[in-house]
Amino acid sequence: MELAKKANSVIDSHAKVKRGLKIKKIFSNYQLYLFLLPALIYFIVFHYLPMYGILIAFKDFVATKGIMGSPWVGFKHFGRFFESFQFWTLIKNTLGLSVVQLIVGFPLPIFLALMLNQIRSEKYKRFVQTVVYAPHFISVVVLAGMIFVFFSNNGLINNIILLFGGDPISFMAKPEWFKPLYIASGVWQETGWAAIIYLAALAGVSPELHEAAVMDGANKWQRIFHVDIPAIMPTAVILLILSVGGIMNIGFEKAYLLQTPMNQPSAEIIPTYVYKMGLQQAQYSFAAAVGLFNAVINLILLIAVNKFAKKLSGTGLW
Amino acid sequence: MSLLALKNKKITRRSKEDRVFDIINVFLTAMILILVVYPLYFIVIASFSDPNMIYEGKVWLLPKEITFEGYERIFRDSKIWLGYKNSIIYTVVGTFVNVAFTLMAAYALSRKDLYGRNVFMFLFLMTMFFSGGLIPTYLVVKNLGLLNTMWALILPKAVAVWNVIVAKTYFETSIPNELLEAAKMDGCSDAKFFAKIVLPLSKPIVAVMVLFYAVGHWNSYFDALIYLNNENLYPLQLILRNILIQNQASTMMISDLDSLAAKQRVSELIKYGVIIVASVPLLIVYPFVQKYFVKGVMIGGIKG
Repeated sequence: MELAKKANSVIDSHAKVKRGLKIKKIFSNYQLYLFLLPALIYFIVFHYLPMYGILIAFKDFVATKGIMGSPWVGFKHFGRFFESFQFWTLIKNTLGLSVVQLIVGFPLPIFLALMLNQIRSEKYKRFVQTVVYAPHFISVVVLAGMIFVFFSNNGLINNIILLFGGDPISFMAKPEWFKPLYIASGVWQETGWAAIIYLAALAGVSPELHEAAVMDGANKWQRIFHVDIPAIMPTAVILLILSVGGIMNIGFEKAYLLQTPMNQPSAEIIPTYVYKMGLQQAQYSFAAAVGLFNAVINLILLIAVNKFAKKLSGTGLW
Repeated sequence: MSLLALKNKKITRRSKEDRVFDIINVFLTAMILILVVYPLYFIVIASFSDPNMIYEGKVWLLPKEITFEGYERIFRDSKIWLGYKNSIIYTVVGTFVNVAFTLMAAYALSRKDLYGRNVFMFLFLMTMFFSGGLIPTYLVVKNLGLLNTMWALILPKAVAVWNVIVAKTYFETSIPNELLEAAKMDGCSDAKFFAKIVLPLSKPIVAVMVLFYAVGHWNSYFDALIYLNNENLYPLQLILRNILIQNQASTMMISDLDSLAAKQRVSELIKYGVIIVASVPLLIVYPFVQKYFVKGVMIGGIKG
């Protein structure tokens, strides 16, 4: 009895000391909290406040009444979007563009990295790397501008087509050319840059593994398959999860620039639609609802893919 | 003896296979090089070739009938220069804010003795996976009275979560804990330790951050498109968009020309030239700083 009391009081005072230590720890680190403050305010104001602002998707937002003062309308805007004649076109365009981009764009950096890794001359390798990374730094406006001048009716590509005896194509006016142009230009711009991360993984492969494989009579081709590819697998899985999770997050910027009045039927995707409805036509609530729909699908995809990948390969984001 | 011979034979046979592999590999990478370089090279030669030659498909490897008319008209245009000036201001101020906020936050989060660091980290990371979206963000910027000011291009993009992770990883792996303990012993405060010891030891990561953010500012047009409608504030990329995509500003530059055909030709020439003019700053800097970019990606990749 006496002992238990004693023990209790010891535990009690111990907890008190601990709590005291915690507070002391926070106080002695107050400068670190000040360091954190600007970023914290930034995330609250420009990320969490907009999350609260999503409420307007369930309201008829009137600027003068503010978010709280505007009347609730439930799922009215979502219903309008689902029933609009553009709904399925938008879904098809958005998903079509990003799925093809993923299928084409995901494996290419891996191939490039494997190839670069096998180059014997260090100088040549470094030269190729420097060149293929460069397009990453071209702005999206310049990239779109390049597409417009190259694929115009009298542009470089049509000149090449003529050279081989073909008929010129007015690429920018044809809806069916929007997707190939979008994806090919993305491959041209980003493949080199995306290969860096795989090259880093390949550089981490122990040379002993390769030496052992050589001793066993493996040629380069076999070493790529049995040493290099397993080495970059975890990186590839993580990147795959991230890109599948972001599948509806296809960039607004390039699609918007590549739109012409003629290719609209295939070039209109959810983000450009949100921009036009929301900011050009000031239908804030409706556009916010469309944007929210997109964001929620994305989040669900990300969680699902992460779960799936974890089960399959043991690697996941969290 | 015969065993050795056999082994030797095996090695030569193997190296022949590998030699074929190497030849194909060099050939393929050379093709990739050409695919990447030629479009860029073509823009350069087209920017001072006679537009008629381009139209007729006579410009392939070398400029034909060299003319500087495109560049002359570009340099005479005041809007381009204004855009240049604006872009430089936004890039310098924006990058300063970015780097300061990011490094300070990253350092605080890299300290294991920061109570609640996981909560903060979670708050930051969440924003990578879910966001309020375009319209609610626009309304926040509008309500803060930032529309049509330079701050609309800087504050909403003040911190990139990814860069915080990169910098945090760098601090965690390259600043030894003993250093902090020793400094604390001597009565050094956290702020002083960060400024006097951490930053000088972290020059590579500072360079990485400056470059990542600066390129982002220099190349962005979207924020300017939605937040600015005063033409005097337009950054270079927005002016470029009007020239390249909408054929707008170039009508100003070619108003002295009479025939429609001449106008069209010169406006094409201007497009090529303007691409070069806008990309020159990056082209000059790029070869020297490439290694820092790669470093940044790699630090992020280890964690990722």
